[in-house]
Amino acid sequence: MSLLEIENVTLRFGGLVAVDNVSLKVEEGEVFALVGPNGAGKSTIFNLISRFYDPAEGHIRFDGNDLLKSTADQVPSFGVARTFQNIELFEQATVLQNLLVGRHRHRQTGMFSNIIFSPKTYREELRHRAAVEEVIDFLNLQPYRDKMIGGLPYGVRKVVELGRALAAEPKLLLLDEPASGLSVEETQDMAFWIEDIQTQMGISVMMVEHDMGLVSAVSGRVMALSDGKELATGTAAEVQSHPAVIEAYLGTGDISKTGTSRA
Amino acid sequence: MRFVFKTSYYADISLFKHRAQAVWYALLLLLVLGTPLYFVATGDAYLLGEITGMLILAIAGMGLMLLTGHTGLPSLGHATFMAFGCYLNINLLGAGVPWLIAFPLSGLIAGVLGTMIALPVLRLHGVYLALATLAMSMLTSDFVVIAEPWTGGIAGAAVPDINIFGMEINRYSTPYKFYYLVLFVAILLVWFYRNLLRSPTGRSFTAIRDSEISARAMGINLTRTKAMSFFLSATAAGLAGALFGHSAGYVTNETFDLVMSITLLLMIVIGGLGFIHGAFFGAIVVGIIPVAIANGRTFLATTFDVNINVPGLESALFAFILVCFILFEPMGLYGRWLKIRTYFELFPFYRKDMFKRQKSYLKTDRVQ
Repeated sequence: MSLLEIENVTLRFGGLVAVDNVSLKVEEGEVFALVGPNGAGKSTIFNLISRFYDPAEGHIRFDGNDLLKSTADQVPSFGVARTFQNIELFEQATVLQNLLVGRHRHRQTGMFSNIIFSPKTYREELRHRAAVEEVIDFLNLQPYRDKMIGGLPYGVRKVVELGRALAAEPKLLLLDEPASGLSVEETQDMAFWIEDIQTQMGISVMMVEHDMGLVSAVSGRVMALSDGKELATGTAAEVQSHPAVIEAYLGTGDISKTGTSRA
Repeated sequence: MRFVFKTSYYADISLFKHRAQAVWYALLLLLVLGTPLYFVATGDAYLLGEITGMLILAIAGMGLMLLTGHTGLPSLGHATFMAFGCYLNINLLGAGVPWLIAFPLSGLIAGVLGTMIALPVLRLHGVYLALATLAMSMLTSDFVVIAEPWTGGIAGAAVPDINIFGMEINRYSTPYKFYYLVLFVAILLVWFYRNLLRSPTGRSFTAIRDSEISARAMGINLTRTKAMSFFLSATAAGLAGALFGHSAGYVTNETFDLVMSITLLLMIVIGGLGFIHGAFFGAIVVGIIPVAIANGRTFLATTFDVNINVPGLESALFAFILVCFILFEPMGLYGRWLKIRTYFELFPFYRKDMFKRQKSYLKTDRVQ
């Protein structure tokens, strides 16, 4: 059984079909990439997995659980962590506090125990902090650990968001454009981290990315989408040379197909 | 500049960042514990009563700070929760419940009632939530009139004295005892508040404040967490209301009016949103302004024979101060203090824009 199974999922916003009968499977330990032009429905698929949207049809199963039966805040408890395309960090908090919120799914103490800071809360806090320090070490965030997010440069925020997702110790990591806005060096770092996340931590990764260099470097399988429909699935090279994909990105050479005539 | 070298995970959890900070807070504790000595010496406890009033306001302020400053939910209805606490306390005491039980119980029931009222409006955001709570606040005095058997209606209700194991505490006859009692409650609540902020619950509150969508994606149940925040906030306001009753001695339908709700909100903005200190700084400002105006008036009248009797001067001055704060010091008094401290810590490297927040143009289109 695959880790994540999306079966014939369709999502409509009024008359617009954002995701059209898409099926995909993410296997355990794999890096799976979604590519496609803007508006293809890639991030929408992430939001469907996160349960921010309800699909009109189809099934989404994760690790044997029917995700459609749970709410957005229950999804992380199954082991799904994600980042956002446009960085959604907690701005008025430090890097450390952001990463600690990522640990929320492992929380064991309740409000009253927290208020009196019971020994149980204390022990739990120490565990969270130990786990978070490992993430900080892994992503080289030491220089920023006590800095406010509000004052950090874009590239660092991107890494902090990855860290926050990693702090949750997920089984599946959803990365929404991890390399967008990053420099060449930062993108390389990101590629190494994704590889390490897959091979050393054994976390499956599903990512949306436009940078085909990064996609080819790290992903096993790639799915190309356009207008909410699947165009092709295969290795990065296969997808890139697939005629339907080339057509979606570049159009066809056939003038009659473009729809507007200039006669 | 002080560098704190952290050698254990506890360094990030401990209540004080370093030993010097702990020493400063110990000195502050000594100061507040010793304050009554001055009034014993002068034999006039009037000002001590004002200070006690500030502490009570600070307790209510802490409640609102948790909700508005740390969870990002504005409320213009906290006087309502204070009213709950006050009248519950009066009725419980009237029914013969000992104060030690009646007081916390009235806070907790106020918290539960507050949460029940808040649940339907928790889906609202920002200004809409503020308006919903404003409506609640406007209804409060009417409800106090309607619930006459329990509240005394327009005629008002007298608040019984506090009795702890036979020790009578009254604001006027035993001001020192009352001061210490309020101080104890305030310190206890500060400790609770600090604990909350350094634990998962507090972090989930601030997470909701900064990004609801992200908080959900981290597994935080928005409704439950917001309800929790409302409960704790209303409980603190309820406790403050009960103490306020003891301090006022007599409460009517006009005691917990809209102005009180607005004052509480102004207080935490002036003090500094998002800092526990802010509740106290704000309470000091709110407490000092009327005293300062009264003293100023007397001073002008006796020294220069100038009589200023402009009605509404207090409110106008108050509003002016608030406008100034929002224009020039959005981080409040505590923010100003942080800037001053940083200036000296980094001297001579402090830059004017150090606390300026970078504008964020990067918010994801809200998926809601």
